[in-house]
Amino acid sequence: MKIVVPLKQVPDLVEDLEVDATGKALDAEEVKLKLNEFDDQALEEALLLKESGAADEVVAMAFDGEDVDKMLFTAIAKGANKAIKLNGSSPTDIHQLAKAFANAVATEGFDLVMAGVQSADGRDGHLGPIMAEYLSVPCISVVAGVSVSGGQATVQKEYSGGMLGEFEVDLPAVLGIQAAAQAPRYAPVSKVRQIQQTETIQEMDAGDLGAGAGSAISSMAAPEKGLGAKMLDDVEALMAVLKDKGVA
Amino acid sequence: MANILVVTEHLKGEFQDITFEMLGKAKEIAQSTGGSCSAMVFGSMSGQTDQMGAADTVITAEVGDDYNPEAYAAAVKSVVSANSPDLIMIGSTSMGIDIANPVSTALDIPTVSFCADIVAAGGGFTCTSQMYGGKMNVVSSVDGALISMVLAGSFNADTGRVSGSPAVEASAVEAGAGKVRFKQLIEPEAADVDITQSDILVAVGRGIGSKDDIEVAEELAEALEADIACSRPIVDAGWMSKSHQVGKSGMKVKPKVYIALGISGAPEHIEGMKATSTIIAINTDKNAPIFDVAHYGMTEDLFDVVEELLEELD
Repeated sequence: MKIVVPLKQVPDLVEDLEVDATGKALDAEEVKLKLNEFDDQALEEALLLKESGAADEVVAMAFDGEDVDKMLFTAIAKGANKAIKLNGSSPTDIHQLAKAFANAVATEGFDLVMAGVQSADGRDGHLGPIMAEYLSVPCISVVAGVSVSGGQATVQKEYSGGMLGEFEVDLPAVLGIQAAAQAPRYAPVSKVRQIQQTETIQEMDAGDLGAGAGSAISSMAAPEKGLGAKMLDDVEALMAVLKDKGVA
Repeated sequence: MANILVVTEHLKGEFQDITFEMLGKAKEIAQSTGGSCSAMVFGSMSGQTDQMGAADTVITAEVGDDYNPEAYAAAVKSVVSANSPDLIMIGSTSMGIDIANPVSTALDIPTVSFCADIVAAGGGFTCTSQMYGGKMNVVSSVDGALISMVLAGSFNADTGRVSGSPAVEASAVEAGAGKVRFKQLIEPEAADVDITQSDILVAVGRGIGSKDDIEVAEELAEALEADIACSRPIVDAGWMSKSHQVGKSGMKVKPKVYIALGISGAPEHIEGMKATSTIIAINTDKNAPIFDVAHYGMTEDLFDVVEELLEELD
């Protein structure tokens, strides 16, 4: 069984985000990119399935861009069998990115696509279910728990309040992964460097990206601060609040 | 004139709050534009259309009571194709993600995710999305039909919680391909503590840094006779059990006091705790969205603050 994990970088939300001169996008100069945390969860879950013997092969895939080689080598260092980089004109939104990945996985072949459930910059939807639609295969999102046997996957989908729905889905299928069974593993820098020397990243043409989201951003801005929090200068002030609320 | 379709959501025989939030907003937009509002309900929820008073019409779909991503999405596709609504409102929820994306892609209708506001403008709509973990408001404009994925907590559910007897139409829905089968609902495991009942919560987020450092927060919780809670990343890292998680996929809490340590305040977390009467946030990032909902804030290092507090409380 073969699992493809599409990977994507997103702005690191720990950093300050600035809007550029157009007022419609983040200032790319200031943005620090990192692997989308949910993609990391998807990769981890895929690797766990491989290690359990349920899957034979895990393929990491990404669209070309800054530091993408390093991200893909890191995926191999963590245990992916191979990495594929897509080339072509850059996707402008999630729909186009999903089309690029759908084209590539159709060529590569797959039993399961495990995508991160969402990304913080996903204005026009969610990668996994859009890919599934392009591929005409079933999809379940917000998945935390996957097992595979006999041409089908059994998955647990999160609802609110800690409830789960359990489903069976025929393969091939796409899953939007919320969380892996364990925290995503770490690949030591030395190992990534070694992989960089010994492994190669396969390249593939992304093909036709389609029409895209069909909507445009008219403006982007940090939220206006409402009344907001009353800022406290020291612990003394904090103690006063706690006493006032009858907590301390 | 905006004709709006609200895709309702239900779990264990009850409409979820997001349904009424969307209905209230849909009714407002329908009235202001001289349009109409329909609510799509699934399975035997058709027996509870008296709760759908905010809608002019209820469209029923015989797809079974248990939610099924494939069957429900196919049903919504059928109804949208047949009725061509101008605005389709779907929750930015576990169920909504399964439905909105395939409908959008199959029918070529733009989707805007993470919507916190929707305004009818000209022949189309403008939506404000909370993106980048709530750090940016992004306004999208769409000229024609639109699928808006509504973030829970954006609109007042009470506005949409209207009883009445709207006209009911049964829809002719196409069956799904049968490739997805519902097996069972799994209730959350019995927890050592029910944080929805706590008076005081000390909640930790990613800013705590490591599993060992959670001890610091636990000490504070003990000193304040509070219970300990956390945001999603802490559960995903395996540092705390899911029964402590506050937010969209965790618990909705309403303690008297909520002390957020190193929590940035992504919309998914805020959804679970914003009803708290006193929120105190400690986070070194002065731009963290948590400070927008907090009543009191500090931008000091959380370990310094907690250490000093413990001394004071001692």
